[in-house]
Formats: sequence, C-alpha cells, structure tokens
Amino acid sequence: MFSHRLNFLPRLAAQYCKASATGSRMKHTLPDLPYSYNALEPVIIGDIMELHHKKHHATYTNNLNAAEEKLAAAHAEGDIGGMIALQPALKFNGGGFINHCIFWTNLSPQGGGVPQGDLADAINRDFGSFDSFKTTLTAATVAIQGSGWGWLGFDQKTHQLKIATCANQDPLQATTGMVPLFGIDVWEHAYYLQYKNARPDYVKEIFQVANWDNVSERYQAAL
Amino acid sequence: MDINVAFSFHECVLTIHRLAAQYCKASATGSRMKHTLPDLPYSYNALEPVIIGDIMELHHKKHHATYTNNLNAAEEKLAAAHAEGNIGGMIALQPALKFNGGGFINHCIFWTNLSPQGGGVPQGDLADAINRDFGSFDSFKTTLTAATVAIQGSGWGWLGFDQKTHQLKIATCANQDPLQATTGMVPLFGIDVWEHAYYLQYKNARPDYVKEIFQVANWDNVSERYQAAL
Repeated sequence: MFSHRLNFLPRLAAQYCKASATGSRMKHTLPDLPYSYNALEPVIIGDIMELHHKKHHATYTNNLNAAEEKLAAAHAEGDIGGMIALQPALKFNGGGFINHCIFWTNLSPQGGGVPQGDLADAINRDFGSFDSFKTTLTAATVAIQGSGWGWLGFDQKTHQLKIATCANQDPLQATTGMVPLFGIDVWEHAYYLQYKNARPDYVKEIFQVANWDNVSERYQAAL
Repeated sequence: MDINVAFSFHECVLTIHRLAAQYCKASATGSRMKHTLPDLPYSYNALEPVIIGDIMELHHKKHHATYTNNLNAAEEKLAAAHAEGNIGGMIALQPALKFNGGGFINHCIFWTNLSPQGGGVPQGDLADAINRDFGSFDSFKTTLTAATVAIQGSGWGWLGFDQKTHQLKIATCANQDPLQATTGMVPLFGIDVWEHAYYLQYKNARPDYVKEIFQVANWDNVSERYQAAL
C-alpha cells in the first residue's frame, strides 16, 4: 500500500519530465528549455525566462528531490505521521516541478495563431469558438486571487475540454482529475519584471507564443 | 427581509468599516463611507536601500490603490444586493470583499509598520512582552522570519496579539486574508511576501528581503498597536 503511494508522484512527474535513475531511486532533473531564454521576446523577456527556469523551477526540482528522500526515509521507519507532515512540501514542490515542465513546452517562439485539426474541433465543440475559449481562459486566469495557474484541461470522464484554475502550485490532474493541456502561470514572478502589476496584459500577450502543436499532442495523448 | 439576515449584513458592513477605519481614515460621501488610499508617511524612495522606490511606488499607487477601488466597488454591490434581499448575491460577493478588504487593511498597516527611521530593537512594554513570549528579540525575529519565508505562494507573516491569552504570537495568512478576521489576533507588524513586494529588487531571494526589512521596522508604531490592543 505504501509503495503504491510512493510510486504515484514519480510516475506523474515522469509523464511530464524525464527523470534520471541514480542508485535505487529516480531523481528528478531540471529539464532544459526547448529554446533560448530570449526566444519568446517581446512577449516574455529573457530575464524572466532565465530566472523562472534557473531559479524558480530549479528550486522546485531540488526541493522535490529532498522531500521524496525524506518521504522514503519516513516510510522506511514506518513513520506515518512524518510521511503526512511531508505532504505540503511534496504537493508544493512536486506541483511546481510538474507545472513548469508543462509550461516550457506549452510555449514556443513559433507559437501563436490558432489550433488546428482535432483540437480545434474540440474547442469549437466545447466552447463555441476559439475566441470564446480564449476569453474564458483569460478571464479565469486574470481573476486568480494570489498565486496560481489558469488551465485548459481535458476531462477524461466526460470527454470534454474545460477551463480550470489552481492555487499556488497545486497540480491540475491531482487536484481536479483533468489532464493538463495548456497552462498560464500567473505567479507574479512569471511576469512582474516586464508587465509589473498589469497581469491582464501578460495573459493577453502569452497567446502569441502558445504552442498549439504541443497542446494538440497532449490532447491526443489524453483521449 | 428576514431580520436576522438584515442584522448580520449590517454587522458585516459595520465590521469592515470599523476594521478599515481603525487602520485607515475613510471619507464620507453621501450616505456611505468610501475608503480612500492613504498617503505613505514618507517618500517612495525613503526606505532605500532596503526597499527601492520603484517597488514602493508600484506597491502603493497600483496594488494598494486597486484593492481600495475594488473594495469600494464590492461594498457598493453588497449594499445593492442587500437592498434587493438577494442573499445569494451577498454571499457571492464574499471572496471579493475578503480579498480587496484584506488587501486594503493589510497595506494600510504595512506602510505604518515601516519607517526610514526604523530598525534597531523595540523598547519598553513591547520589548518586555517579546522577551516574555519569545525568550528574546532574536528568537522572535528568527521565528517570524522562518514562518514568513516558508509561506507557499502569496501571503503575509505577522506578529499578532492574542487578546484572549494576552500573548504575542507569530502567524501567517494566505493571499490577503486579514489577520484579525482570520485568527482573531490583533495585527501588530506584518511582512508582505507577495512577489510584488520584493521581486523587482530581490528577484527570487525572498529570504534576503525578509532579513533586510527588519532594518526599516518601525517599532514605535508596533508599540502603539500593542498598547492599543492590550
């Protein structure tokens, strides 16, 4: 029972990011960006991408590994209370690791435009139009109180695309059951150096670098 | 309208106004009090090098101003819903009231908690209370620092006063949740760790910001708040 619980997080993380095996346990590693730090300019400046990747995502990665080590140690000692006490650190850093792994692939210097094919059809079916989807996701994301993420997700039970928001680094799938397709990070570190308090401007602009090919791949994989 | 709903709505509005008025002057316009953005007690760059002027200006002119305006808007809608007997509508406004009301209150306190003449250590009764409840000033500072740095996401670290047990305590609140409404404790000294409070200067190094902010802590103001809470 406990080993089943231990396997959950690495499996979820491994779906989104390669993990490397060291000894008997998989350690997560910070994935490289698929493009250079300034590749998304002028939508997101290089300084933000560099800090976001090298500092924030790296910290989540390191702290996730540390939390998983402590979890394994507590499990080995039969320390159930200790395992439970680690849950906030696991959720925060595990979610932060997963979310940012998705985020870098959701963006591209060749991004923008509109989705094609099956994803476009599904968006029209479930939102009426691409514009309606974009308006809904934008409004929900801008309205997040505090730190969090706006998501286009896929509900595998109802076979529907849906918009959802999560607080802090709560991962979409573990929190709502939906498969994350496209996420918008609205922690202030994601935009403040460039957009200051103007979160709506950042959310509006990020669609210009949305990598709909990647979102389509994720949608196909979730069907 | 149900007399109990009318009474608790009245209480709700009075509580917000009373709480906000304790922290910030409100000006009367017509039949309802509108909250106004208070001025900083010092210039935007007065807290340099601990907090740069760009941060203070954005934090005050944009963030605090937005909470102020949105609080006034939410209170208008609350009054309208109440007038129509729309209980569901009143309840639906609670997140906006808590977020913007809390943001308004918290920042009103924050500007007074800081001073270009700040720093050093507390004196008098506050110093005695800190020694009594934390062992020493350093122990208090370490505890508040650790709790504040550890906040996941956006929030505030607080030195608060528990009026039931007559003790000073450390607490943290998420987002703009106001300390008193959330925990019952009277807020004495708060540290804003929303990224907008430090990112332009400290980037991801929240621990550095929290360490430095003690250099501009206005212990006189914290003492006044403590005396008022006793």
